[in-house]
Amino acid sequence: MKLRLLVNGEPREADIWEGESLLYVLRERMGLFGSKNACEQGECGSCSVYLGGTLVCACLVLAGQAGGSEVVTVEGLSEQGRMHPVQEAFLEAGAVQCGFCTPGLIMATHDLLARNPGPTEAEVREALAGNLCRCTGYEKILAAVQTAAERTGT
Amino acid sequence: MEFLQPADLREVLETKAAHPEAVPIFGGTDVMVDLNFDRERPGAVLDLTRVPEIREWSRKDRRLRVGAGVTYTRAITELGGLLPGLAMASRTVGSPQIRNRGTIGGNLGSASPAGDALPPLYASDAGIEVASVRGVRMVPVEEFITGPRTNALRPDELITAFMIPEARGPQQYAKIGPRNAMVIAVCSLGLALHPESRAVGACIGSAGPTPIRPHEAEGFIEGVIEEHGLWESRSEIPASALERFGALVAEAAKPIDDVRGTASYRRHAVGVLARRTLTWAWDEYRRDAG
Repeated sequence: MKLRLLVNGEPREADIWEGESLLYVLRERMGLFGSKNACEQGECGSCSVYLGGTLVCACLVLAGQAGGSEVVTVEGLSEQGRMHPVQEAFLEAGAVQCGFCTPGLIMATHDLLARNPGPTEAEVREALAGNLCRCTGYEKILAAVQTAAERTGT
Repeated sequence: MEFLQPADLREVLETKAAHPEAVPIFGGTDVMVDLNFDRERPGAVLDLTRVPEIREWSRKDRRLRVGAGVTYTRAITELGGLLPGLAMASRTVGSPQIRNRGTIGGNLGSASPAGDALPPLYASDAGIEVASVRGVRMVPVEEFITGPRTNALRPDELITAFMIPEARGPQQYAKIGPRNAMVIAVCSLGLALHPESRAVGACIGSAGPTPIRPHEAEGFIEGVIEEHGLWESRSEIPASALERFGALVAEAAKPIDDVRGTASYRRHAVGVLARRTLTWAWDEYRRDAG
């Protein structure tokens, strides 16, 4: 079937098999490898993207369900080649080790700060509970979120 | 595989009648796992996300009709004041990403005894709205869930909504798991006080083949509250009665040993949760007197 959707502001279309996930379409049909493929069951959060403005695991969206919707991936956060403050904060804090979980954590942090610009540590932990870091670098990740909150908040 | 995406209720029911084998999907948090792991390869998938009657909720005469496609996130943000027990249970589900997609209708469809949304529905006597081209029928939730992962849905039917009274008293939900997030319940308990009908609703989760209403425990504590005139006086429930209530709830459980916990632990724990949730709810009822 033919799938049409808006990805990072651009209209895109792809020929897809009806059973594939939005994540598969983003990575394998559109070459957007920022969203990572790991657990394929919503446990790890590595494939987090915005679908119609809502943070979701792209592996749990049947591609056809996203038809006509707007999708924003980690590739869509930078503006004019400049990293988003959340991305900069992760880099500076050393919150990136192997880097595999980073795009998902950046997306989840971006979503948290959009809803709650000044989160407490408990709120950060709750918001990031669906994103796993197998390097277990959570302390630096928490620090990066606080830095990003200070910079993006008013 | 066929991808079917009707835009309104009539069309979705006609589509289901024409394709009874089609697997309904809304948030995909269960269905997509089966597809991704190639455990299921259905001939057709029926997307319900475009159907307003399934997506929305409404309120009339202090009763709510909640579309099966209302997500856990929306149950928390939009229904927290009207259905506090369901909102508490929803907060324990998965992660933000999962709560943004997973739906209460999905819990009813999957019919897992560990479904977190189910005990609050049982504790408030929810009815499940089941629709097909043949018409709409209402099934009490206790009859709708028929066994582990089975429900009363016929092949041409869809779960379109559930009907539930808005809370008239305190409600609680407590869950045991190894983490505060991303866990399937080892066991859980939903509890609702219904001061207007002088009733106490309780339901055990994840300690039996289905969620279980401990009817004997409910009847016992209602008797104690009545006998001591506690609905009016709002005095404390005697400690011995709380203990007995917990013991009767534990007796009503039908747990098994599995990877998440042992039967004996679950039986013990649901009794403790019952005593605690009743204490918390009753304390709130006492405070509400001002």
